[in-house]
Amino acid sequence: MGELVDALAVALKAGLGFQAVFLALLAIGINVQFGYAGLLNFGQIAFAMLGGYGIAVSVSQWGLNFWVGVAVGILAAVVLALLLGLPTLRLRADYLAIATIAAAEGLRLLFRSVSATPVTNGTRGLSGFNADFVALAPWDTARRYGILGTRWSGAELWVTVVGWLLVALSCLLIWLLVRSPWGRVVKSIREDEDAVRSLGKNVYVYKMQALVLGGVLGSLGGMVYALGTASANPDQYQNANTFLAYAALILGGAARVLGPVVGAMLMFFIIQFADTGLRTLIGNGVIPEDLLSATDVAQLRFVLIGLGLMLLLVFRPQGIFGDRREVMLDAR
Amino acid sequence: MPADQTPGRPASHGATASGATAPSGAAPGASAPEHAWRTGDAPRRVAQTALKDLPWEVGVAKPDPAIVVDGVTRTFGGLTAVSVDHLEVQRGGITGLIGPNGAGKTTLFNLLTGFDQPNTGTWSFEGRPLGKLAPHQVARLGVVRTFQLTKALSRLTVLQNMLLGAQGQKGESFLRALVPGIWRAQERANTEKAMELLTRFKLDRKKDDFAGTLSGGQRKLLEMARALMSDPKVVMLDEPMAGVNPALTQSLLGHVKDLREQGMTVVFVEHDMDVVRDISDWVVVMAAGKVIAEGPPESISQNQAVVDAYLGAHHDAPLTVEEEDRVLAEAEAAIAREENADGDVIGSDTRREEDR
Repeated sequence: MGELVDALAVALKAGLGFQAVFLALLAIGINVQFGYAGLLNFGQIAFAMLGGYGIAVSVSQWGLNFWVGVAVGILAAVVLALLLGLPTLRLRADYLAIATIAAAEGLRLLFRSVSATPVTNGTRGLSGFNADFVALAPWDTARRYGILGTRWSGAELWVTVVGWLLVALSCLLIWLLVRSPWGRVVKSIREDEDAVRSLGKNVYVYKMQALVLGGVLGSLGGMVYALGTASANPDQYQNANTFLAYAALILGGAARVLGPVVGAMLMFFIIQFADTGLRTLIGNGVIPEDLLSATDVAQLRFVLIGLGLMLLLVFRPQGIFGDRREVMLDAR
Repeated sequence: MPADQTPGRPASHGATASGATAPSGAAPGASAPEHAWRTGDAPRRVAQTALKDLPWEVGVAKPDPAIVVDGVTRTFGGLTAVSVDHLEVQRGGITGLIGPNGAGKTTLFNLLTGFDQPNTGTWSFEGRPLGKLAPHQVARLGVVRTFQLTKALSRLTVLQNMLLGAQGQKGESFLRALVPGIWRAQERANTEKAMELLTRFKLDRKKDDFAGTLSGGQRKLLEMARALMSDPKVVMLDEPMAGVNPALTQSLLGHVKDLREQGMTVVFVEHDMDVVRDISDWVVVMAAGKVIAEGPPESISQNQAVVDAYLGAHHDAPLTVEEEDRVLAEAEAAIAREENADGDVIGSDTRREEDR
């Protein structure tokens, strides 16, 4: 029983940790693009990578100030969004999807390539760029702190707190935007572009704004992740994270302000709880070793997530916060 | 043609009367426009009398044109979808655009509203050239269209659909959207206007429903009402009556007439000839991309070119014996010619073989 409580505590920490912040920010960005504007961005991780590397390269390689690094990361994300959007946003939605998925994989391979090593340090990655940021913490970052039965290092706690603050601010921004006439236009574009055009709105500009905003939110996520892990490695930014963020968004409910946040927290909670829980049960001998070994758990937890998502789509297609009436309209 | 008129006529007359009474009876709140419409039969006559003395010929100049089209062509590969030499649309009148399927009516609509760009030609609205303008720029000039397949924004409420139509909204810019104080007053005024229009179109009770839950006819009404939110000068309706039940057709007709009484120019595509006869001041007939006839509605059914376009040139006369003989002789001559050609080819082939 005590072990199960421990597993819960570990899972709780995962659901509140900076990884959850990372996923939440990615998902908030995707929510702006996909949930509200109907844009299919399948390369959100590329924006996160630019955010993380924006800080890492600026601080470790170029010796710039931490805040300049933040600005570089955001600027890089804006530029990527413009580059992806300019040629594709006049076309059908599929083309943005193709361009983004290719850009995400291409950028990762570029960052880990030999020719990029002088800047990105290749596959070894960069580290030691978060000292300025950690020094800002109002508490002693060398100590460890216990909260609700979970243990945090001071630096980790600081990254996490700042991360959740960012999530809160992003949610506030999205909330303000979607209840405004701007949000109405963006949601209408999701429904039918031509109708919006015929009413005198410049659809292209709105789509671009949504793409850039979502990309910048993604880059903030990447910064939190890079600061949390204190390193930047191209292979941390696998495109699977984009789809994990989509899953979190759908779990929480698309086109809802808090949907992606709760979805991301739950996602990490479930993954970690399944992981620790199963390992504990195997260790106890409750699950016989020849049925399931500890090495299988890493794969099995994603099988469980997949199963959970399937059940969700069957029984609650709108996600946790979604409006069932809204989702069922598509079935007509 | 006559066979399809006789049953249609009485229905259209009876229905017109009901169309006139129904909106005013059910919606006392919207009495102002209804009132204007009933007493204001005068503007209708103005538009009609202005067009009365015009010759019934293609490309005729109108006394007060709102839209002028010159030499517009649009081809898709080898197919010429639209090729209009000259066309003028009278301001403040209802112009019906008819023609058989594939005549290029919707393509012309798309060209005029910027949704498609022509290969050649110019067209202007109130003297301003519209070439190379994007759809939203055309809309901002006051030319608003609806679509053949209704484009209701399903997952927005009816009221939100309406509010989207309003022009010059301060809150639609990204940064100003973040400060509600800037746009709240305008939003309130727009909501009031939207509710007035919804009451007129009898959709006010549906205002908080998702547009996706409306029936086909209600969506047409919503689309028209939404277009009116932008205070357009020209309203272009692409098959406004398609798929609408007869009862609702009459109320839709009433609304279209209403637009004219408010001084708007209406251009509409329609297949139902009773509707066309009932409401249009001027009818333009297209076939195979060209304008083949123009004139007041009563002139159209007598126009030989129109009858030919719809029914084929020989639809009402059986072939005479002489004609039959001639056609037969032509066909035989053609076959003989082909056989000769074939014979030559075969002959040359065999000759070549012999040479070897």
